[in-house]
Amino acid sequence: MTSTLTPARKRSALTKGQLPKFAPYVVLAVALVLGAAILALIGFNAFGWGIVSAILFAAGLVGWSAAVEGSRKAKDKLATCLVVGSFLVALLPLISVIWTVLVNGIPGIITPGFLGTSMNGVTGVYDNRAAEGSGPVLGGIYHALLGTVQITLLATVISVPVGLLTAIYLVEYGNDRPLARAITFFVDVMTGIPSIVAGLFAAAFFFAVVGPGTKTGAVAAVALSVLMIPVVVRSSEEMLKIVPNELREAAYALGVRKWRTILKVVIPTAISGIASGVTLAIARVIGETAPILVTAGFATSINNNVFGGWMASLPTFIYTQILNPTSPSNPDPSSQRAWGAALVLIILVMLLNLGARLIARIFAPKTGR
Amino acid sequence: MTTTSLTSSRGAGRAGDKVFSGATLAAGCLILAVLFGVALFLVIQAIPALTAPAADIQGGKGFFAYIWPIVVGTLIAAVIALVIATPIAIGVALFISHYAPRRLASGLGYVVDLLAAIPSVIYGAWGAAFLAKEIAPAYDWLAANMGWLPIFHGPASATGKTILTAGIVLSVMVLPIITSLSREIFLQTPKLHEEAALALGATRWEMIKMAVLPFARPGIISAVMLGLGRALGETMAVALVLSSGALTASLIQSGNQTIAAEIALNFPEASGLKVSTLIAAGLVLFVITLAVNMVARWIISRHKEFSGAN
Repeated sequence: MTSTLTPARKRSALTKGQLPKFAPYVVLAVALVLGAAILALIGFNAFGWGIVSAILFAAGLVGWSAAVEGSRKAKDKLATCLVVGSFLVALLPLISVIWTVLVNGIPGIITPGFLGTSMNGVTGVYDNRAAEGSGPVLGGIYHALLGTVQITLLATVISVPVGLLTAIYLVEYGNDRPLARAITFFVDVMTGIPSIVAGLFAAAFFFAVVGPGTKTGAVAAVALSVLMIPVVVRSSEEMLKIVPNELREAAYALGVRKWRTILKVVIPTAISGIASGVTLAIARVIGETAPILVTAGFATSINNNVFGGWMASLPTFIYTQILNPTSPSNPDPSSQRAWGAALVLIILVMLLNLGARLIARIFAPKTGR
Repeated sequence: MTTTSLTSSRGAGRAGDKVFSGATLAAGCLILAVLFGVALFLVIQAIPALTAPAADIQGGKGFFAYIWPIVVGTLIAAVIALVIATPIAIGVALFISHYAPRRLASGLGYVVDLLAAIPSVIYGAWGAAFLAKEIAPAYDWLAANMGWLPIFHGPASATGKTILTAGIVLSVMVLPIITSLSREIFLQTPKLHEEAALALGATRWEMIKMAVLPFARPGIISAVMLGLGRALGETMAVALVLSSGALTASLIQSGNQTIAAEIALNFPEASGLKVSTLIAAGLVLFVITLAVNMVARWIISRHKEFSGAN
């Protein structure tokens, strides 16, 4: 290596003491080979190879840099390695989760009747038979899907008007009054309420008002609204704030009332952002498990009435199928159903996230220029 | 607002103004009422548990003997999560704000946000089915080689369903929160400070150490506290991953329990005084997270005024 560096040193004083451009690639190749060699001695696996090679790479690059460039540059290289490394480490669980759900979920989702049937009448007997291989895995998530849609819709119907009106108050009427500042502060605080406490609140409220043990889809919807309202308020507030003041002033100058200005000028301008914010809020609450668990219980049959009876939902379906398998002696059919439901849930959430981006793009105000 | 002839003439639309502003005000007040109601109804439903004779509470030694171990368990899980997540989150935020190529940065930010979009029950299922199994050999190694430390005291759990696994799953869940908030703060660093540091010959790391991190310190602290609030209240990761039990010092044995998981596991079948006990536990959790969040928000708002004055 020194033979390649010596001419560079002579060429220019400015490049003195610098690693050549190809240095990282050389170190990477050496680290990969060495890592493979070390892992071959103690038993090879891809994960360990990655870790060992990464450590060797960082040590090699920093060591070389310290020898040639001095300690300051070496520290800089070390920081770069750590920062990039932390990003790669953060990607590991994401890839692992999505991979696990895909691999385990696909057998569940392609089972005939998985999306179209409920768990009504599916008992451990059938699961034992399926585990022995003498019968199909029966049962599906239709009831849970239906429950999730109903509860989430009701929660949206409650949260969007309240959240949007509050955002309008904060932006258009609040004028930094003490009340507006208090609302902003407590909306922020509400964002941090643990989801299970929101569920307990809804349960405690309905226990006190309707009667002890009240568990219906509507109670769950109230619990989800407590979680959803602050998200809607925050996103709508941000969107209303960026509507240019000139638009409001132009409307006032034409003699338009304030409420008509807000309804006809401000909200249409901000509607794309508001709609995508609401979609993201739905995506956030659709996966909530704990509040539904304590407010709607879990059912095995289809329940079309949000206001009466226990109701299933996708997250609680996953939870109960894993924790209390239908057949305790043969949990495999239950876990297959749970992973299938997890895949459906993850697809729903991803579609909502994607939808939010599309809405923001499609309904963005037309500038006209 | 002074009433001029322009705004007072013609009654048409005036009622609309009143109704509309009244509606927005009512919505705002409703939010305050809900937060107040959360506290009020939790207290009302919790009172029976707080006043009941000690022998009637689960465990037979009164409410505080019941709540104490699970409060400590909650704190242990949250601290594990933060110790793991904070350095990684700051690294990821720095990567997105200062290291990644400009064109990729927003896309990478979206990838990290995907971590936040995955529902908690799926993290729980992943932790229970995949992570716990994979990590169990590592616990055996820890018990054999570091067993002299009380937190790694053996014998390690064979299933890997321990508080440390739950903490690792929690750290994955709080990572995107800390990352996205720190990233916002890092991007707000005055460009002139950064360029001045670079112009004086600082390397990129020295620039970050001298210009970015001092500016962002209050923001990082509040981001970590918001992450703490999430970690304290997270239910499913712990309920599915941890095989719970009595309070133990060892992180690699089964045992310990958190408030949120205790409620989720017991509430569906609970009745009578047990319901009150669990709601009282929820009240304790609410007070803890409320305090943490309020401190975090206070730091953020103080910082906002400070940076606005610059």
